[in-house]
Amino acid sequence: MSITASPPDRIAGASRRSGTLYIGDPGMWSWVAHRITGVLTFFFLFVHVLDTALVRVSPEVYDEVINTYKTPFVGLLEVGLVGAVLYHALNGIRVMLVDFWGKGPRYQRPMLWAIVGVWLLVMIPSAVIMFTHIFGGSPA
Amino acid sequence: MTAAADTATTSTDASDIPAPEGSITVTVKILRFNPELDSEPHWESYDVPALPTDRVLNLLINIKSYVDGTLSFRRSCAHGICGSDAMQINGINRLACKVLIKDLLAKKDKQTTITIAPIKGLPVMKDLYVDMEPFFEAFRAVKPYLITYGNEPTRERIQSAADRERFDDTTKCILCACCTTSCPVYWADGSYFGPAAIVNAHRFIFDSRDEGAEERMDILNDAEGVWRCRTTFNCTDACPRGIQVTKAIQEVKRALLFKRV
Repeated sequence: MSITASPPDRIAGASRRSGTLYIGDPGMWSWVAHRITGVLTFFFLFVHVLDTALVRVSPEVYDEVINTYKTPFVGLLEVGLVGAVLYHALNGIRVMLVDFWGKGPRYQRPMLWAIVGVWLLVMIPSAVIMFTHIFGGSPA
Repeated sequence: MTAAADTATTSTDASDIPAPEGSITVTVKILRFNPELDSEPHWESYDVPALPTDRVLNLLINIKSYVDGTLSFRRSCAHGICGSDAMQINGINRLACKVLIKDLLAKKDKQTTITIAPIKGLPVMKDLYVDMEPFFEAFRAVKPYLITYGNEPTRERIQSAADRERFDDTTKCILCACCTTSCPVYWADGSYFGPAAIVNAHRFIFDSRDEGAEERMDILNDAEGVWRCRTTFNCTDACPRGIQVTKAIQEVKRALLFKRV
């Protein structure tokens, strides 16, 4: 009257379940943000290499393309770019310290809060300056 | 005897559970899966009485004893030593026998819901019961035993307190799989050795009496070895024994990098 174990293939069907969010350590979310900012920066670099390469094709076309960037929308993207690069750089230093400094793993959380602090300290004035440029109508 | 009939109509009537004085009603939401009936896991909720001093394991045992005997989960010692009852409780890996209800209570006047799911990354066989074999396979792969060459000494293998201290932290592992199944890299790619295997390799690599460090380092230098670690620290956070898991992995990485044990 015993219930026999399910065949292995049936068990495999339920493996690798999804659907529950793992509320991990802040370190996990710093890693997620590191990935996202890294990919975003890569996309920027990709476009940046392309538009800069245009100079060699035709300086006039290059000027034309660069002129299309002078809109508030691209300005917002630039603020985002500064934020992404800054986070990626700061967290990169943190990751290196975790890797190479013996006490790094112990202080990973304080280091995360520290880089978040530095990020805010740099981003707030930068964003103010950039927004005044974007919406202040300063000459290009 | 009527197992099939019972599971078909899952009862969630918890009135039979003894409710001692001072107990409150909490909702226990469990991700259930019966491979013989379900194609997908589904959530099942149980309103059960609980004392603030109860552990999550007590609630699970009550549900199994009084509400639905088909609820499956592992537990053995129930005192945080055997490492059987690792599960995802409120979104983080914990031993059900070490989590007190009072630490999970919702802010006053709100209904407390405790969410319990099986640990991630290992095949679910039934309810909270997972196939641990891939986990133990990775554990065995790092040769977690003393390796020595040459003649046996005629007396004990002497070790200084300072040498013992180097791997003291990693001797605490109880192989509950909380760390390995909290690792995003392990969820995405089951071929990664996982934190627990590296912790147990660390325990011997840094043991002055052991001579197998080279072999283990070769194994862990593999593409699926320590270099897959992205230092997310989920493992350190999950470890019920308080092992600094990420630190141990980093020590193995540095030993590989600088050829120094």
